[in-house]
Amino acid sequence: MDVLDLSRLQFGVTTVYHFLFVPITIGLSFLVAGMQTAWVRTNNEKWLRATKFFGKIFLINFAMGVVTGIVQEFQFGMNWSDFSRFVGDIFGAPLAVEGLLAFFLESVFLGLWIFGWDRLPKKLHLATIWLAAIGTMLSAYFILAANSFMQHPTAYTFNSATNRVELTNFFEMLFQDTAKITFWHTISAAFITAGAVVAGISAWLLVRGKSPDVARSTLKLGSITILVAAASLAWSGDSQARIMVEQQPMKMAAAEALYETSAPAPFSIFTIGTLDGSEPIFSLDIPHGLSLLATHTLDGEVQGINNLQAQYEEQFGPGNYKPNIPIAYWGFRFMIGFGMLAAVWAVYALWATRKQRTPKSKWFARIALTVPFLPLIANSFGWIFTEMGRQPWVVFGLMQTENGVSPTSTAGLVGTSLAIFTLLYGILAVVEFDLIRRAVILGPPEEVADPFLVDEETGERPLSITY
Amino acid sequence: MDLATVWFILIAVLWSGYFVLEGFDFGVGMLMPVVAKNEGERRAVLTTLGPLWDGNEVWLIVAGGATFAAFPEWYATMFSGFYIPLLLILLALIVRGVAFEYRSKLSNLKVRRRYDVMIWIGSFLPALLWGVAFANIVRGIPLKAAPYGNILYDGGFFNLLNPYALIGGLTTLFLFLTHGAVFLTLKTSGSIHDRAKKIATPLGIIAAVLAVVFLVWTQVAYSDKAATWIMVVAGALLWVGAIVAHKVGRDGWAFILSAATLVGAVAFLFWVLFPNVFPASNDPSLSLTIYNASSTEYTLQVMTIVALIFTPVVLIYQAWTYWIFRKRISADVIPSPDEGSLDYPEERPSVQVG
Repeated sequence: MDVLDLSRLQFGVTTVYHFLFVPITIGLSFLVAGMQTAWVRTNNEKWLRATKFFGKIFLINFAMGVVTGIVQEFQFGMNWSDFSRFVGDIFGAPLAVEGLLAFFLESVFLGLWIFGWDRLPKKLHLATIWLAAIGTMLSAYFILAANSFMQHPTAYTFNSATNRVELTNFFEMLFQDTAKITFWHTISAAFITAGAVVAGISAWLLVRGKSPDVARSTLKLGSITILVAAASLAWSGDSQARIMVEQQPMKMAAAEALYETSAPAPFSIFTIGTLDGSEPIFSLDIPHGLSLLATHTLDGEVQGINNLQAQYEEQFGPGNYKPNIPIAYWGFRFMIGFGMLAAVWAVYALWATRKQRTPKSKWFARIALTVPFLPLIANSFGWIFTEMGRQPWVVFGLMQTENGVSPTSTAGLVGTSLAIFTLLYGILAVVEFDLIRRAVILGPPEEVADPFLVDEETGERPLSITY
Repeated sequence: MDLATVWFILIAVLWSGYFVLEGFDFGVGMLMPVVAKNEGERRAVLTTLGPLWDGNEVWLIVAGGATFAAFPEWYATMFSGFYIPLLLILLALIVRGVAFEYRSKLSNLKVRRRYDVMIWIGSFLPALLWGVAFANIVRGIPLKAAPYGNILYDGGFFNLLNPYALIGGLTTLFLFLTHGAVFLTLKTSGSIHDRAKKIATPLGIIAAVLAVVFLVWTQVAYSDKAATWIMVVAGALLWVGAIVAHKVGRDGWAFILSAATLVGAVAFLFWVLFPNVFPASNDPSLSLTIYNASSTEYTLQVMTIVALIFTPVVLIYQAWTYWIFRKRISADVIPSPDEGSLDYPEERPSVQVG
């Protein structure tokens, strides 16, 4: 493998890994904030116990998100310095603003939330988790706006003397359609993920009889979150598909392995055989499906890979403008499929626990624990599809990925750091998973002293968490 | 003042904030084996950092992001050029952050001691390497020209390990150690406080000797401005003030003065650099300056407005956090060593480990 492949692999490995923790952080911060709000409003202790329990899981996860996040910012400069030079005038701004507006908010107020149980007044303490949650969401917006520039460059001019793109309108770049809809889709994905974490764990607790009063409520909360998020994902995904057809038609064609421009175009659900444009052995299609998805008309024309390739050769010069088709095709299907599986399970879980029913089956409990992984897999494939479907471009239509890599990088250097990161991340995954498993098995605390009640003798409140 | 200069100053401010805040984190991380003699004390020491360390580290992320946004050429050349030191720093920060958050989740003392080693290494490496990196920037690095006026780093890793840069690394290492000891003196009571208080003075004197050598060397060899002597003198005076305040038990003043020294040191290095940001040691015409490395005027304008509005807000709420957690901490506040751990009941130690 050469420097380019190794740099891409390193970006893929570190980013997919980082994004296991990010959606849980975003979604769970809001769900935990919701649980604590429920406690503050109703004074029902079960919500405090839920807050403490899922708060613990949230924090174990959050630590990993923080430490793997710094790698992301450094990596642009270390492995992709020519990309950084090319887009820095535009791409750097949202990154800097993300740090200033979002990361400070997130980390400072989370510190207050964790350690402030015995120092802050009740309502102020509640505000800290909400502010941290808002911080996570702001952070998502800015980084997705930066990514959206790579998918669909806008509000820029190209300066041929310095060979870089330059920003012409900050707000136009920040609030372009691609950014807004990507944000909506990604936040929905964060909520389906956190919903699956909460509902999956709660279902297991319920069957095992650990704090069933808490588990029943949080199972409902998690399942409903999954279903609302799934609807929101379908809606935003549909809007994204139409934007994609317009802005990156090659990605849509690759997602469908649609080689020849078609009107009407079918939606392929499943294909056995190669995806190279020759006849598939077996293929299950929805007639008119892709036309409907891409253009919202039954017979709309959808461009095919070969036609786009010819068109791009004319526009950008000779070259291969096709992404990796099997990865795009299957990535797209796994994203949708695994997301839908989570939604199907949520319906079943709500049905199985209706009217105070408690499922007894061990299998119900076991399957429940796999549910959090479904959206995590869907998220990973979604990003792999989005980023690999854009290839060979790193900034669509402006810079090819091979031109973005650091000219000073060597295969030895990038390969070594890739090996170290992979090893370290692997070890950390085991450590983190073990801690979450332990937290789940221990279950919610059976009782929690009201953290805001002052002891009459000592005049102090119960001690907050310590390191 | 043009906006490129404004951003040069702002980035200096961000690095100052980073050195002041994460500087004491690094110091505390390295001093833990010395000031804490049992598990309760170790947890007390870590609790002084608990609510703060993550917010402190954001200063680094924002400094990196601001460099990317305001001086993309600088960001690109520096981050790709300093590949190995930055990789080491990243690994150290990952290991250290995880160790902070996870060490007390299991009651097994052997596991905890392993995490303590990770905290030590994770604090030591960046404390040393940031000094090495900054010294190399001030000293100048071999650079070469690339198409479109781009500038690339043209040296290896061992180029960076010259005597001057190593003195720079030892200087930040000992400044942070002292700063950490001063912080612990301010933030703890009981035996941790006493040990931190005792060790801060000798550390401060070693740091003073190293700093004087480093600052004077910098001034004589690499500064083209006589005015930067002011900062050398000011830095020395502030540090002496910090040590004196510490000696007479004015813990708050000692911390403020040692923080001010770190700000002064960063300000000095940036002033010496100005208007360069990444000077070439081989050919001055290749140097990256605030002008040839900067973003466009428009991007700088947008960023200036954002920074002017939000930096004060951040400063206010972060300062407020420090106020909320101002209370001194001692080992007595740690109820039992396995408090909060995620052990299964059968794994819990039956005897309390003191």
